[in-house]
Amino acid sequence: MATTEVFPASEPARWLYLDRIRTRPGPFTDPEIFSGQAVAEAMEAMKVLVIGAGGLGCELLKNLALSGFKDIHVIDMDTIDISNLNRQFLFRQADVGHSKAEVAARFVEKRVKGVKITPHNCRIQDFDEDFYMQFQLVVCGLDSIEARRWINATLVNMVDEEVPDSYKPLIDGGTEGFKGQARVIFPTVTSCIECQLDMHAPRAAVPLCTLASIPRQPEHCIEWAHVIAWDQDKPFPELDKDDPEHITWLFQRALERAKEFNIPGVTYSLTQGVVKNIIPAIAATNSVIAAACCNEAVKIASNCAPFLGLPEENYMMYSGNDSVYTYTFKHEKKDDCPVCGQLARDLTVDPSWTLGELVESFAARPEAQLKKPSLRAEGKTLYMQSPASLEEKTRPNLDKKLVDLGLEEGQEIGVTDPAFATVVFKFKLKFTKQ
Amino acid sequence: MTEIIMSQTPPILHRPSEKERKYDRQLRLWAASGQAALESANILLVNSGAGTVGAETLKNLVLPGIGRFAIYDETQVSEADLGVNFFLDEASLGKSRSKSLTELILELNPDVQGTWYPNEELKTLDSLLAASPVFTIILYTHPISPEQLASLEAYGQKHKTPLVAIHSAGFYSYFQVNLRGAFPIVDTHPDETATTDLRLLGPWPELVSFADELTKDIDGLDNFEHGHLPYVVILLHYLKEWKVAHDGKYPATFKEKTELRKIVQAAARTNNPEGGEENFEEAAAAVVKTVVVPSLPSGLKEVFEYEHTDPVEQRSGFWLIADAVKQFYEKHQCLPLPGKLPDMKAESKVYIQLQSIYKAKARKDAAEVLQIAQAAPGGDLIDPAEVDLFCKNAAFVKLINATSGAATAVKISKADRLKSAADREFAADETAALSLSPFSLLPIYLALQATAHVGESSASSFDADSILASIAAQVPGAEKQERVIQAAQEVARAQGGELHNVAALMGGIVAQETIKIVTKQYIPADNTCVYDGIGGRVQVLRL
Ligand SMILES: [Zn+2]
Repeated sequence: MATTEVFPASEPARWLYLDRIRTRPGPFTDPEIFSGQAVAEAMEAMKVLVIGAGGLGCELLKNLALSGFKDIHVIDMDTIDISNLNRQFLFRQADVGHSKAEVAARFVEKRVKGVKITPHNCRIQDFDEDFYMQFQLVVCGLDSIEARRWINATLVNMVDEEVPDSYKPLIDGGTEGFKGQARVIFPTVTSCIECQLDMHAPRAAVPLCTLASIPRQPEHCIEWAHVIAWDQDKPFPELDKDDPEHITWLFQRALERAKEFNIPGVTYSLTQGVVKNIIPAIAATNSVIAAACCNEAVKIASNCAPFLGLPEENYMMYSGNDSVYTYTFKHEKKDDCPVCGQLARDLTVDPSWTLGELVESFAARPEAQLKKPSLRAEGKTLYMQSPASLEEKTRPNLDKKLVDLGLEEGQEIGVTDPAFATVVFKFKLKFTKQ
Repeated sequence: MTEIIMSQTPPILHRPSEKERKYDRQLRLWAASGQAALESANILLVNSGAGTVGAETLKNLVLPGIGRFAIYDETQVSEADLGVNFFLDEASLGKSRSKSLTELILELNPDVQGTWYPNEELKTLDSLLAASPVFTIILYTHPISPEQLASLEAYGQKHKTPLVAIHSAGFYSYFQVNLRGAFPIVDTHPDETATTDLRLLGPWPELVSFADELTKDIDGLDNFEHGHLPYVVILLHYLKEWKVAHDGKYPATFKEKTELRKIVQAAARTNNPEGGEENFEEAAAAVVKTVVVPSLPSGLKEVFEYEHTDPVEQRSGFWLIADAVKQFYEKHQCLPLPGKLPDMKAESKVYIQLQSIYKAKARKDAAEVLQIAQAAPGGDLIDPAEVDLFCKNAAFVKLINATSGAATAVKISKADRLKSAADREFAADETAALSLSPFSLLPIYLALQATAHVGESSASSFDADSILASIAAQVPGAEKQERVIQAAQEVARAQGGELHNVAALMGGIVAQETIKIVTKQYIPADNTCVYDGIGGRVQVLRL
């Protein structure tokens, strides 16, 4: 097999190693879909979108530039912070305060000759479907589940069965400490990010009464300062979690409360961690996960070897805490996925709840995780978060019980959330014991 | 009734330093102690072959602030390097690869020092090894010449320096670590949920009297008090009642524990406004996990049974403390109490009192262990903080590479170990399809390893037949296995060339392992980890 011909790229000496693999078949290559001859040229012409220029994003840009892709775009609205420098290796001390997308793009363009990287210093939501339609591949390195869900919903909605180009493979990576995951999504064909939402359940919130009257942990004192004391005292017009003065204020209030209750363990670092929900991150793990993502990108773009996504495994879990461990499996598509499925998803509720209690419950439900839900039921508006006039008009419903609003077992409700402009989450009510 | 100790000094004015801010996201993983270990480490990378996996590993160690590194690399930068290695640029073409790599990697972190070899003074690997201060760990990439490998092995043997071999070609890669003897880790960072140790079946007098006091009139408590009894106290109360009703015996079987759970559930008040009690729900949910007889975890058992071959090692802090803990265990039939109390519904004051009872007992146990350890020869130098850490983590202490030092263990040659691993792995593959488990990645290791000393220039050695012949010489019969043949063909396809992504992935894993070995935190892999970039997974093999 190794005697098969190599079809060199435009700079054959430079891409020697890559061309050996991507332009000639190996023992696992599917000859039906592989043609080595056109691969190098086709990859150079592809447009790839990277979302996020942070810990994973820096790695993704480097990896794609050294994988034979030449037209790469990157979106990130953040600026560089000093705490990024332990892993976001395209940034230096002097870059602090500048746009991540712009600095990262400039660095990789300079280092890897012939690669064009177009930075977008803005939010993903600032672009419409026409923008996303120009790419052949989307690779995500995000720390926010909301942004992932948004791009996932957008790419699923863009699929037009008549137009093969409308299927944009989505490769997504995420890390936490020594752990991470990489997954490949073929919108509408495989399980999507919304199908997999329960793999990333939100942390259970501490009950308000614990914060208000019976704190036991340093975290309770910090949340008290964050949620209750800040609102009472309003020491600054708006809480800026990146402003050390604001964190110091919260820290001192938390410390006072901890003293009052004899609770040890409140520190500045813990305060910052709780308030900003800081996830530990290191270069090594980002390196593993971003490389796993880009390795799939190369295989998808060249067909030189089987890739994750189709037909079987589509999800790789990685952990380096205890030895080195991966679990690579097939996450099944869900028929009742609000984004890519056809059926309404069951929603277990207590019929004696008020509508307000139901609205509040959406944030913590692993299968929903909607922070600002608006609700409709078969032609009837139950509650709308905006515009203000409609919110005011529907607000009285919040105090009414579900049964009193005429809601019945088995009824379908539609839920929208400003974080997912186009998606209507369909749920079917299932009442608990009457 | 219980002492309250506020251990924190008021850190009012302590805002994080510039360095703490820069390293914030990693200090949350390995704390200042881990960072200090990293900063005092001195790493040697012997780089060869396509050379990207070594550079990527080093990148991931320089960013978090490893103390210093040296790169030994005899190659000149070629055009092919620029297509795969990010830490070389146009200006490096034709120059010493170790110099260019060192310069561009040093840009990543001004806190780190780096040097490159061969240079004017030290022209060979042997002269470098002879002249340098002792290295903390040595990483080398394949293909490496047998002579250089022998030098590194000898150095590792002499200085007890861990060696890590790394090989990456095409979609395949592996690393193999040689830790030089048994490698104990105390700070293993187990999952929070696994660490709860409440001693409900062996409560000590202070805990008993605290629980009795709160529950002596449990039915007379008002709804607030009843609904805020900590679940530890609830369980102690109903365990006591259970014992009275069962001839002084605690619930032992799963069935008995289920029964206890039902008793606890039934004891919850439902005639209150909430229609139930959260603390009783917590208590019921905790029965199966916390009503347990303490047993000796397998990791610690291995430590206790370890036979020393090296008297110097035996007098190290770790082993003196381990021996003291063993004596403590033999005397009390339980380990020192870790002392951590999970959060549970309770009034602040009651919870803090209960927490203090657990902490006080943990301190008492640790003091006893310290006393035993200090009485041993050489024990006067024991650091009490090290004893505390050991006692807190005792159940999760782990000995990596445990068998290597055992005096009685039959020394098996590396070649024989490989053969028996092959037998085991190929046998498992026979049933892999039935048991839905993935195929062994040992064929990838065999195929890569067959080219461990083959340079890019000797292209003919990269055909699948040569690779299979080399495998046949090591593990006779393996060359006929279909998956071994496929792996050989895949390795032949790469001809020693790296794919950037595969090198970057392995560079990430090796950096994680290096960090774990240097900081002695988390658990390093023992001892070989193979990556398959086609199937997208890894397998750890003990070879
Ligand atoms: Zn879906």
